[in-house]
Amino acid sequence: MSATADPTTRARPDLASTDVLLSVRGLEVHYPIRSGIVFERQIGSVKAVDGVDLDVPRGSTIGLVGESGCGKTTLGRAVLRLVEPTGGTVSFDGIDVHTLEGEDLRRMRRRMQMIFQDPMASLDPRQSIESVLTEPRRAHGIEVGGTRTVPELLDLVGLPSSAAWRYPHEFSGGQRQRIGIARAIALEPDLIIADEPVSALDVSIQAQVVNLLEELQDRLGLTYVVIAHDLAVVRHIADVVAVMYLGGIVEQAPSDTLYAQPFHPYTKALMSAVPIPDPVIEDTRVRILLPGDIPSAANPPRGCRFHTRCPYRQPTRCDDERPALRELAPGHTVACHWAEDIAAGSIAPQAEAIVDAAVDEQPPEFVPVPGEPETTTLGPPPGI
Amino acid sequence: MSDAQPTSALLDVRDLEVVFTRKDRRDVRAVDGVSFTVDRGETVGLVGESGSGKSVTSLAIMSLLPDRGVRVGGQVWFDGDDLLTLPKDRMRDIRGQDIAMVFQDPMSSLNPVVPIGIQVTEVLTRHQGLKGEEAKHAAADLLTRVGIPDPNRRLKEYPHQLSGGMRQRALIAMALACRPRVLIADEPTTALDVTIQAQILELLKELVRDSDAALVMITHDLGVIAGLCDAVHVMYAGRVVESAGRRELFAEPRHPYTGGLLASVPRLDAPRGAPLHPIPGSPTDIRPWAQGCAFSPRCGNRIDPCTESPPALEEALGRSLRCYNPLMADEEVPA
Repeated sequence: MSATADPTTRARPDLASTDVLLSVRGLEVHYPIRSGIVFERQIGSVKAVDGVDLDVPRGSTIGLVGESGCGKTTLGRAVLRLVEPTGGTVSFDGIDVHTLEGEDLRRMRRRMQMIFQDPMASLDPRQSIESVLTEPRRAHGIEVGGTRTVPELLDLVGLPSSAAWRYPHEFSGGQRQRIGIARAIALEPDLIIADEPVSALDVSIQAQVVNLLEELQDRLGLTYVVIAHDLAVVRHIADVVAVMYLGGIVEQAPSDTLYAQPFHPYTKALMSAVPIPDPVIEDTRVRILLPGDIPSAANPPRGCRFHTRCPYRQPTRCDDERPALRELAPGHTVACHWAEDIAAGSIAPQAEAIVDAAVDEQPPEFVPVPGEPETTTLGPPPGI
Repeated sequence: MSDAQPTSALLDVRDLEVVFTRKDRRDVRAVDGVSFTVDRGETVGLVGESGSGKSVTSLAIMSLLPDRGVRVGGQVWFDGDDLLTLPKDRMRDIRGQDIAMVFQDPMSSLNPVVPIGIQVTEVLTRHQGLKGEEAKHAAADLLTRVGIPDPNRRLKEYPHQLSGGMRQRALIAMALACRPRVLIADEPTTALDVTIQAQILELLKELVRDSDAALVMITHDLGVIAGLCDAVHVMYAGRVVESAGRRELFAEPRHPYTGGLLASVPRLDAPRGAPLHPIPGSPTDIRPWAQGCAFSPRCGNRIDPCTESPPALEEALGRSLRCYNPLMADEEVPA
């Protein structure tokens, strides 16, 4: 990676290395929808995760982004077997996690930990911090001395050792998240899955936690899967970003490449929707507005999952053929039939989806007629 | 207190003060002398973190705070009247008609057991005297206007049958029902996904442009402010610490808190690996304003006066600023 250019950049792991810690193949999690009072039967399923392939090299950070309902959280939980997948395989360090049972599974769990979104909800309010941090050790029957002590853990996450005797309500949101992180590293895991680690925190605190996660990775050689809806946070922390839409990965690339040249129309739209705190950029950038909402995962659209909202939709292939992930550039995979044409500019997006912020500077003359109902549609075109 | 509205601005908030009082507890001064104005066709942003008093400010303007346990001071001038001294029934006429509000969480601001249609037509019936079919048509028009497809079906549905973005649109439709002259939006997009947020922001922008309404945008997201607002007021611990036009504010933040906020957000367009500079401490580490600057415990630019007396909001460096030792041009934001 381009770590040599800037001394402030952290050393990034070699992504081409074959040392894959976690490998996910064709993972599916379908939740059944049941109906009936006396005889319950399955009438359908919510395809929360529907065929995901993912490789996580040791020591790297993979970011999973997507909107609510795209299946990113379910994917994270299925990897840890906190939900049971209905198909596919997950292999961790060469071992198929889904064939493990009982004691073997429990021992494997020690190497995979999770950081949760809401630090208040994931800490027991009646448990002291000392107890929170020693419980993983007790649960796994590790004797004192086998792992880091509580003061060491607190020191690693930047809390004073006096915190051990206090309770979760005595801490601020950012400090609670530090405790959640300390708990996750208590067993010295190899892999940490962080599900929205900063989205519940105040803006000025988010950066503290992001920096802490990066620092711990450097010191302890952790591998992260970071799940978040905030593209800016994910891009900052991750080496490789995977964009999810409706249960599947639509684009995956090293984060610099993804930002410099997004291929998938959904990635393009997602990026253009993220506000940038700079008025000069905000006034000139062109926005792609997606119409409507994400469709229901119980009844996903045929063909490309995104074709109902896609501004680049073509009359052929999009509605009846589900695109597979194809490698367009080294390490950059895209699930779109028309990615090359869109990148070359030979397919233009529908005009109404494009909002040019620059035109806002000269507002058009508009005089509302009093009393007359307005027929102008202010939002995106209806009926999609 | 003078009897006339001091300026010609549409909404003029002067020295607004909200104190929560509880028996045997110390008073909590949530809003402490906040002043700002909004004019027709203008968008003003209030930015701050949790506890900065931005939402309480909006509730005080709308007279939505409870009568007991709260002391509200200052003036809110709208159209020649001080809203804080108006009788309750007059205020009820203005609320929803001239000044409307959009709340953060559409699920908890809509009544879950009443169909959307009744909730939207209620505003029209109360303020414009529309009835029956007429009100229904007007409601359907409103839903179309905010981009809800198939409005006649949606009118019969309950809030839980709508998606988050759709619910927020319905809430905006209710706020727009009487073509308000001032719209207060309290974190209208925080609960939504970014692509839906982009839709809602575009909708608000068009509203301001087309109907010449005044918009007060309350948010913690500096990105939202950057694309939307004409003037920005940054709040910390109940007071405005910096007010400026958005271009000046973002190009040259002068208050260390504003600068710190900007330096701590990861930007999508920043080179990757660029370090983030978080503000140390947390928003709860506040020094009472009476003893100096509330931000001083977290401030990298702190000098002696900061812990001795509270700085005043003064015109300086082309903006209003409440700081003894502001950031200077090209100065690195202290880590």
